[in-house]
Amino acid sequence: MRLRTLAAFIAPLAIATAADAQSVDLTGAGATFPYPIYSKWFSDYAAKAGVRINYQSIGSGGGIRQLSEQTVDFGASDAPMSDAELAKAKGGKVLHFPMVLGAVVVTYNLPGVPKALKLSGVVLGDIFLGKITKWNDPRIAALNAGVKLPAKDILVVHRSDGSGTTFIFTDYLTAASPAWAAGPGTGKEVRWPVGLGGKGNEGVAGQVRQIVGSIGYVELAYARQNKLAYAEVQNSTGAFVAPTIEAITEAAASAAKKLGKDTDYRVSIVNAAGKKAYPISSFTWLLVYQRMTDAAKAKKLAAFIKYALNEGQKSAATLDYAPLPGALTKQLEARAAALANAK
Amino acid sequence: MASTSLHGASVGDRIYRFVTTAFALSIPLLLVLLAIEVAVAAWPALSSFGLSFLTSAEWNVVDGIYGAAPAIYGTIVSSALALIIATPLAIGVAIFLSEFAPPWLRQPVAFLVDLLAAIPSVVYGLWGVFVLVPLLRERVMPFIADRLHLGDTPFFSGPAYGPSMLAAGLILAIMVLPYISSVTREVLMAVPRSQREAALALGATRWEMIWGAVLPYASSGVLGGVILGLGRALGETMAVTMVIGNRHEISASLFSPGYTMASQIANEFSEATNDMHLSALMGVGAVLLFITLVVNMLARWLVWRVQRQGRA
Repeated sequence: MRLRTLAAFIAPLAIATAADAQSVDLTGAGATFPYPIYSKWFSDYAAKAGVRINYQSIGSGGGIRQLSEQTVDFGASDAPMSDAELAKAKGGKVLHFPMVLGAVVVTYNLPGVPKALKLSGVVLGDIFLGKITKWNDPRIAALNAGVKLPAKDILVVHRSDGSGTTFIFTDYLTAASPAWAAGPGTGKEVRWPVGLGGKGNEGVAGQVRQIVGSIGYVELAYARQNKLAYAEVQNSTGAFVAPTIEAITEAAASAAKKLGKDTDYRVSIVNAAGKKAYPISSFTWLLVYQRMTDAAKAKKLAAFIKYALNEGQKSAATLDYAPLPGALTKQLEARAAALANAK
Repeated sequence: MASTSLHGASVGDRIYRFVTTAFALSIPLLLVLLAIEVAVAAWPALSSFGLSFLTSAEWNVVDGIYGAAPAIYGTIVSSALALIIATPLAIGVAIFLSEFAPPWLRQPVAFLVDLLAAIPSVVYGLWGVFVLVPLLRERVMPFIADRLHLGDTPFFSGPAYGPSMLAAGLILAIMVLPYISSVTREVLMAVPRSQREAALALGATRWEMIWGAVLPYASSGVLGGVILGLGRALGETMAVTMVIGNRHEISASLFSPGYTMASQIANEFSEATNDMHLSALMGVGAVLLFITLVVNMLARWLVWRVQRQGRA
């Protein structure tokens, strides 16, 4: 147990130093959250098509900055670029390509509560606002009939570093809890009214694991790989849904139905309408200039995006990401094809 | 003086002199450029928030309000705590090594103490997360609050989560100890034998000799070592952010989580995309740079003083 946590601490450090010394065809930078699946795609695609892609997982913010300065061919982000950020991009119009889906789970440390806890958006909002302070609060108990809840204090643990995970989680709280929307709001980092800050998923999970009565949020992939307990969250139809791969894809499918043909895909899919949809789900985006300066690179990148949208989606679930719904990949493919022909 | 001695020197000497001068000047130039660069980048935040940047505790990225007071407070308090813990220990180690230790013990112990400085700070952080913080939460904090009945004083109040200002101070104390003890040892060794012999000749015991003749003679140098340690503590990032709890709040209690300037920059910089947020982080960097520069200049000045005393 302890060793695995230690490994989780050290692994990112080893990955960060592995730079590609060979000549590369495309360079990208950005989000760390999709890095495991991106790097699998890049290596599979290099073997298949002979196109080498170098990706630096420096964080969404850094990816957006480098794309804006045109020092990389593509960026990647867990939060869509804001209008102000789009306006500053030096290479013209930036397109957002959703590549895969992720989810954020609510993890907690309550020994003696064997079943997955059920929580609603309003209750989660009040817990993270510090308004609900005890685990046996009647409002938590009302959602969990038959579960014996301890009279322990709740300790909130959040991310201390700016992160897409925080963006997705606070985006959900803003959508589902009016009190949260009126307070801290949505952001890669917000002003947390209560709690401790841990650096990275491992920092949050480490605190939650050590402190009985604590509650935090981490990426689904991290929670599953480290076998953390996580809650079932009430979605907008009132159903309590566990964060399964299917439930996340379902969230995207129900949100995608509402998209117009000319959408820019900068859409939030939290609190989506589907009955089986997991509410704290999100796209992660590849950011590409509509007119790349180098036509050869544009063709290569378009071909890679096509690959990722088709064969790439098959490896998503094995790495605890959810594949995009089929209807959406067709639309995105058409847009990627246009990228190659843009003049 | 140097120019007259070089008068009529060969071309090679002149080139040599020019090159070394250029090397020497490039470092101060680099420092000045760095300071200018940070100040320019920080200017939008510093000018729009003014003094409240230093005094406000509100750091709200969503609403674009930036006040760095909790981070400034946390940096100063955690560093001060580290010095309060580390200084007596380090001086004790140095006195033992320079005055009492038999030669066969002196070298190994000195080597091991110095080795503490070579451990990467992330390793200290991991040790903090897995050993120090649980120990504080389960043993030390309950002991201080309940057994020593200090739980009602403002300094040790509040719930004992583990990650706290106290944890940061302790881990920093271990990290700065080798710096202080190493400088102190050197300074004590540099105290002339005559100073010791005079004290012993007056009938002083060994303790009186160290306390009355050696330490006062070396005091400025010891202080210089302490201030070098302080410089290290102010800038430490990784280990601190792993144990301090990263909370934007000023609290008198050492049991409460806090924040430091260095860990705030490390935490937020990679995901900061809007201009004012970046500028505010640069502002934090500027304040940190300013404090560190002042501290290091103070250290230089003290070392210079002790050297001058030694020559006199």
